[in-house]
Amino acid sequence: MIDREQVHKVAHLARLDLSAGEEEQFTTQLNGILDYFEQLNELDTTHVQPTTRAIDVSNVARVDALQPSPEREQILESAPDRETNIQGDFFKVPKIMSAD
Amino acid sequence: MASIRELHQQLITKKRSAVEIAQESLDCIQALEPKLHSFLCVTADRALEQAQQVDAQIAAGEEIGWLAGIPTGIKDNLCTQGIPTTCGSKILQNFVPPYESTVTGRLAAAGAVMVGKTNLDEFAMGSSTENSAYQLTANPWDLERVPGGSSGGSAAAVAGGECPIALGSDTGGSIRQPAALCGVVGMKPTYGLVSRYGLVAYASSLDQIGPFGRSVEDVAIVLGAIAGHDPKDSTSLKVAVPDYVSLLSPELRPKFRIGVIKETFGEGLDAVVSEAVRAAIAQYEAMGAEIVEISCPKFRYGLPTYYIIAPSEASANLARYDGVKYGFRAENPPDLISMYTQTRAQGFGAEVKRRIMIGTYTLSAGYYDAYYLKAQKVRTLIKQDFEQAFAQVDVLVCPTTPTPAFKAGEKTNDPLSMYLSDLMTIPVNLAGLPGLSLPCGFDQQGLPIGLQIIGNVLREDLVLQAAYAYEQATEWHQRAPVL
Repeated sequence: MIDREQVHKVAHLARLDLSAGEEEQFTTQLNGILDYFEQLNELDTTHVQPTTRAIDVSNVARVDALQPSPEREQILESAPDRETNIQGDFFKVPKIMSAD
Repeated sequence: MASIRELHQQLITKKRSAVEIAQESLDCIQALEPKLHSFLCVTADRALEQAQQVDAQIAAGEEIGWLAGIPTGIKDNLCTQGIPTTCGSKILQNFVPPYESTVTGRLAAAGAVMVGKTNLDEFAMGSSTENSAYQLTANPWDLERVPGGSSGGSAAAVAGGECPIALGSDTGGSIRQPAALCGVVGMKPTYGLVSRYGLVAYASSLDQIGPFGRSVEDVAIVLGAIAGHDPKDSTSLKVAVPDYVSLLSPELRPKFRIGVIKETFGEGLDAVVSEAVRAAIAQYEAMGAEIVEISCPKFRYGLPTYYIIAPSEASANLARYDGVKYGFRAENPPDLISMYTQTRAQGFGAEVKRRIMIGTYTLSAGYYDAYYLKAQKVRTLIKQDFEQAFAQVDVLVCPTTPTPAFKAGEKTNDPLSMYLSDLMTIPVNLAGLPGLSLPCGFDQQGLPIGLQIIGNVLREDLVLQAAYAYEQATEWHQRAPVL
């Protein structure tokens, strides 16, 4: 069971600003979905190894060599806000530090 | 509606030019879009430019490949350099990728002509394409019904004749389910056969790109062009890609063994779907196949397992949409945290938020073992069911979906009932196997029904052979919707 307060907490962890209506709706719907998950407990998995990927590929490495990034300007141009100053090119965000 | 083979023949005999073929597709799109809404963006200029290049090659006497000059739809979660890629989400409304996905790059290099980007459920999360932030796509067989999802735009575009082929992505059935509901062929390859570089990530351990077409041969041609190792995707498999088309034959191999998953014929399956799939199995028997009943007792646990694993991976993958580097940012946030929370609240739709919430919860401290780890263990059991099955048979068959296409709006308020439409396709993703859906009948209202063929790891050849032989022996694929 998940209650409204937990939904609020999870939304904060997920950085989602939910409205009161959404919180209420998600509480009901998530409970339905979590109930549905319960059927997995019918299966004994005590000695079962978890599968993290269906087809295992291991030790994939490449030569550690510099590669050009020709799209630098396009990448910066995609940003909602940017600033270029004497120190270089930046993505710009609202103030992080508060006054106090 | 012409096949790749027919269009290729017209091009090399100079009966028609690539520009004429591209224009025909663009005209068809213009005529049908007011009804279908398959495309989020039509790339007419680029299409005609690519077609001109193909015509120039032909004029210069150069040999052209199968896909040269073939109009193609691309699901809008595949990055296309210089062309908007929205993922059906407001959060990527103005996103123009600075790079090209491997699959679209390979298709372009093969001369395929991209006519536009197709509609999808937001971030490929959904089974009806109703979760697109932009438009509802109609099923060409009945405009009041959904085309399935999440690759509903690609399926509807191919079924409606707007383009002969399209690309989609399949995380839990998002190619096969809409292919079944729209009466076309759709294939999800083995995990790792096709590079995911440039596919906007939803659930990385499950996502796989694959083709749509109106025939098995068309799908085999496209698969051959997009498959193969790519150093830009670390999960990409280093394997040789067979020439799938040359392996197709109207005759099944002697002693071809087909397993029927008995658990898929249980509760919740429409009688009309059951009948059509049973008839397809009888057809295979008549063609000389050995039919073996196979039990996959863990099959039904695929759905709850998927709805833990996929949202968990999604909640991590979608953390990148923070309003900093690209896409939408909420206006005038007072501080950084509010910028994140408001950007995401305004930018994501309900289903995406729901899955982020499920995934964040199932991964959170105290619940990880009970949900995420448990699901990963059940995933192992599901995989083992398939391994045992493929020790006995060449391919497995079952219905692609429990029902034909449902009406728009019918399941939007009940997420669980919507999730159930992927019951038959999800276990295949969990095991990383190739799966294909092709038409195997129609219900009383003329809605198509899909047969799913599942193969062992990297046995796309057997899946395509089984599908091709059935297609050649039946006439379902010759029916087209009246629009």
